[in-house]
Amino acid sequence: MREEIIVSGRNNPLIDPQLHIWHWEIPLYLFLGGLAAGVLFFAALYTIRNRENDYRTAVKIAPFVAPIALVIGLIALFLDLHHKLYFWRLYTTIRLDSPMSWGAWTLMLVTPLSMLWCALHIKELFPKWDWKFDIIKDVLAFFEKNKKVLAWIMLVSSAVLGIYTGILFSAFNARPLWNTSILGPLFLASGLSAGSAITIWLSKDHAEKKRFAQLDLMIIGVELFLIIHMFMGFLASTQVQIEAANLFLGGAYTAPFWIFVVIMGMIVPAILEILELRKFKIPVVIPVVLVLFGSLMLRFIIAYAGQASRWLY
Amino acid sequence: MRYAMAIDTKKCVGCSDCVVACQTENDVPIGYCRDWVVEVMDGTYPQLELEIRSERCNHCENSPCVRCCPTGASHYNEGGIVLVEKNKCIGCSACITSCPYDARFVHPEGYVDKCTFCLHRVKKGMQPSCVAVCPTKCMYFGDLDDPRSDVSMVLKKRKWKTLIPEAGTKPHLYFLI
Repeated sequence: MREEIIVSGRNNPLIDPQLHIWHWEIPLYLFLGGLAAGVLFFAALYTIRNRENDYRTAVKIAPFVAPIALVIGLIALFLDLHHKLYFWRLYTTIRLDSPMSWGAWTLMLVTPLSMLWCALHIKELFPKWDWKFDIIKDVLAFFEKNKKVLAWIMLVSSAVLGIYTGILFSAFNARPLWNTSILGPLFLASGLSAGSAITIWLSKDHAEKKRFAQLDLMIIGVELFLIIHMFMGFLASTQVQIEAANLFLGGAYTAPFWIFVVIMGMIVPAILEILELRKFKIPVVIPVVLVLFGSLMLRFIIAYAGQASRWLY
Repeated sequence: MRYAMAIDTKKCVGCSDCVVACQTENDVPIGYCRDWVVEVMDGTYPQLELEIRSERCNHCENSPCVRCCPTGASHYNEGGIVLVEKNKCIGCSACITSCPYDARFVHPEGYVDKCTFCLHRVKKGMQPSCVAVCPTKCMYFGDLDDPRSDVSMVLKKRKWKTLIPEAGTKPHLYFLI
């Protein structure tokens, strides 16, 4: 029998025997960033289309989730850094080649934008809210007048945020599992799905719930389509990518991926949403929690499995 | 100027002197290494072939680590040597995940560390410590643009390969076969 035995003297912590440099912080942030992107995208979209009053939750209530998610995500990102006191170096340069640099600057734009959006709608949550200083009122009045422009900026920047969470991985050719541009749209779709799930959960209006259930169904369809294409691409590619795909097609990550992400995170909530649209009584929290869980698991599994995939030499 | 290194896999005996020399010269923390020895045994018994390689950062011409660094800490220095400026490094590990050779690690102080081709020695006209110490003289270092440098001469004479050239990195570490 032909055999190949490779012995390496290298044993660097977190690198050998298998790369495990990114832990829970990165996938958690990618989930929260995607969720915030999804929520802000719909808020901006329905503002631009003048449907603020039809989809009140999406435009005025759900966006409150975004700054909270982003701040927790930023804390997770900060915890991930090994040279923490130098984090400000991110903001002394712009590097167009580096997805991480794009992400840092996008967050610099989206986080304050989401807070501004919430400040504009704070009376929806707290009707008696009153700003203490007149200058804040003046500033908010200015943005209220130019809300459409603000919505356009938010629409574009939230889409960039949603896509970048996937591009962050796909830009690494060293990890064959990540090296597919499908991850960008897939993570964006997953973020939009999570965003619409949150809106279904928070909404008290039947028409709005129905609208977002339909939207979510459509997005889940797109996600399944993208996943199938991702595997088709891998299997038609080089040996390293075939082996990367095999992590999910019989390898170590097969069960968690197909059970947690595809079945529990996409197919079951889709069936429940269809039944709901057909007037069956199903507690709305079940599909919502499943979608959020699936979205989180997608990030975790891709992050961990990607680090297990490598070039052969 | 393009610095490169050639390692003769037929002469290397895998003694790891290069590893120890590097650790001593560069004060590499205990438990870490910037260079390492890989032994590959291939074939059907008794027709076995053994290849021994002293590996390190490939100082790629198209470095994924330089490309993905969000702060510019990873950069090309003199002669294309890829270095990390530790006061710019935030320890985000993007470069570590981007390296197909897994040549980088996080230094216990938080910044990312790797082989420097001993630029501090090279600037003084000396060889990198791993090359200087090799008891079988299996390593060659020099400038690819100078046709009379050790590395250019040996690459002209001998058959060689680079590691995973299909990753598109244009590595500057050559293995004589």
